[in-house]
Amino acid sequence: MPSPDIDPATIVDARGASCPGPLMDLIGAIRGIDSEAVVKLLSDNEQSLTDVPEWAEESGNEVLEVEGAEDHYAIYVQKA
Amino acid sequence: MTEHVVIVGAGTGGTVLANDLADRLEREIDAGDVEVTLYNDDPDHVYKPVWLYVPFGLREPEDGRRALSDLVDDRIDLRIDRITDLDSDAKELRTRDGAGTVRYDHLVLATGSTLAPETVPGLAEAGHDFYSEDGAEALREDLLAFEEGRVVLSVVGSPHMCPAAPLEFAFMVDDWFRKRGLRDDVEVVYTYPIQRVHGNPHIAEWAEPIMKERGIEVHTFVNAEEIDPDAETIETMEGDSIDYDLLVTIPPHAGVDLIAEAGLGDEGWVDVDSHTLEATAAEDVYALGDTADTGVPKAGSVAHYQAGVVAQRIASDVRGRPATATYDGKTLCFIETGMDEASFVEFDYETPPSPAPPSTALHWSKLSYNESYWLTARGLL
Ligand SMILES: Cc1cc2nc3c(=O)[nH]c(=O)nc-3n(C[C@H](O)[C@H](O)[C@H](O)COP(=O)(O)OP(=O)(O)OC[C@H]3O[C@@H](n4cnc5c(N)ncnc54)[C@H](O)[C@@H]3O)c2cc1C
Repeated sequence: MPSPDIDPATIVDARGASCPGPLMDLIGAIRGIDSEAVVKLLSDNEQSLTDVPEWAEESGNEVLEVEGAEDHYAIYVQKA
Repeated sequence: MTEHVVIVGAGTGGTVLANDLADRLEREIDAGDVEVTLYNDDPDHVYKPVWLYVPFGLREPEDGRRALSDLVDDRIDLRIDRITDLDSDAKELRTRDGAGTVRYDHLVLATGSTLAPETVPGLAEAGHDFYSEDGAEALREDLLAFEEGRVVLSVVGSPHMCPAAPLEFAFMVDDWFRKRGLRDDVEVVYTYPIQRVHGNPHIAEWAEPIMKERGIEVHTFVNAEEIDPDAETIETMEGDSIDYDLLVTIPPHAGVDLIAEAGLGDEGWVDVDSHTLEATAAEDVYALGDTADTGVPKAGSVAHYQAGVVAQRIASDVRGRPATATYDGKTLCFIETGMDEASFVEFDYETPPSPAPPSTALHWSKLSYNESYWLTARGLL
C-alpha cells in the first residue's frame, strides 16, 4: 500500500545493487538528512528486509513501513 | 574516416584495455582506420596493491609506480591530461590542458575510485589509511613505532577498493605484532558497517572464526558519525563509542565528478549493464573497473577481466560485427591471512566464493603476482 502521510526527504534507489549495497546506501542517506526526516529505500534484494530493520534497531532509527511492489520493496526509515 | 576510441584513465583497467586494443586492432590502427587515445592525469601508472605492505616497512610507494610511456604500446596515442567535461550526446570531451573539444566514436571510462574522508567529521585529521601513497607512508611512521595500545582497523566507507584489504590488514597486523613478541601489549580491533565482518556472507563466515581464534576484537554495525581526535574515539551512528590509540580506516570512496556531471550515474559510479558494461544512460560509452557499477568488488582483477571484454566488444563494433563478449562477474583475489600465509578466492555472478585454506604457497603466489603485474599492465600476461 502506498503511504500518503509519509513524505520522504530522500529516495534511494538501490535496485540492482547486491548485498550489502542497499543497506550501505541507506546509511549514507541517513547520514545526510536531519533528525525526524525519512528515507525511502527501493531495493530488490530480499536481504534488505532483514538487514534494514536489524540496522535500524541497532541505530535507534525507525522502520515506518515496508511496501512490496511487483519487483521491489520500498522501505521507509525515519532518522532518530 | 578514422574511428576514434578514447579511454579515460590509465590505471589497471584503462592500460590493459589500451594494450589489448593495440594488439587486437593492430591492422586497423596501422592502416589509419582506427585511432586509440588514452588519457591519464598523471604520467605514471600506479599499482595500488603495493600500499598494503608499505605500513609494515616492506615496500616503498615508488615500487607501485612506473612511467606510462614505458607500459603503453606505441600504437596508442597517450596523452597526459585530465578530462574535465563529457557531453555524451555530442560525443565530445574537453580536457584541462587542451584547447577545443575531442570527438569520440567509442568512449571507455576507467576513472577508478577517489577517497572522500571529508564526509565524516574528524576522519581526515585523526585516521590513518593505507589507501593512498601519503596515507600509507604516514601510517608507516606511526605503526613502526607502535608497541602498546589499541590498533583499530575501521571500515568506514563501503563500497571501497579491494574488499579483502581490511581483512588482510587486520590479519597481518595481528601476526606482525605476534612475531615481534608484542601481541600481549597490543589489542587489535576490527570494525565493519554491517552485521557481519565482510560484505560477502561467504567470506564473512570464513573470516569471523579466524578473527576469534586470533583474539581480534570485532565490532559490527559500526558506522562512524564522527571521529574525535582529542578523545581518540570513534562515535558511531549506532550510539557507541570505540577507543583507539592508532586508528586505521578505509575511508569512504567516490568516483570522479565528471561522471555525475555527465548524468551517467551517482557518486561517480557509472550505471552499466553488468554483462555488456555499456553505460545505461548514453550510447557508445563503456565503463570498466572501479567506476563501473556492476555490484562486483572494486578490484584490479575485475578491471583486468572487464578490459578484455570491452576490447572484444569494441573490436567487433569497429569491424561491423555484432559484439558478443560479455562479463560474467569473474573476480579473483588473494587474501593475506598473516605475514607469510594467504588464502585465495575466485567467484562470479553465479558462483559464490569459497576461500582456500591459507598456505605459504598462496602468500608467495600473491607476492609473485605483484611482481609480474607489470607484464599484465603491458598486456603480456
Ligand atoms: C591498498 C589497496 C590494495 C589493493 N589490493 C588489491 C589486490 O590485491 N587485488 C586486486 O585485484 N585489487 C586490489 N586493489 C584494488 C585495485 O587497485 C583497483 O580496484 C584497481 O586499481 C581499479 O582499476 P581501475 O582501472 O578501475 O582504476 P585505477 O587503477 O584507480 O585507475 C584510474 C585512473 O584514472 C585516472 N583518472 C581519473 N579521472 C581522470 C580524468 N578525469 N582524466 C584523466 N585521468 C583520470 C586516475 O589518475 C587513474 O590513473 C587494491 C587497492 C588498494 C587501495
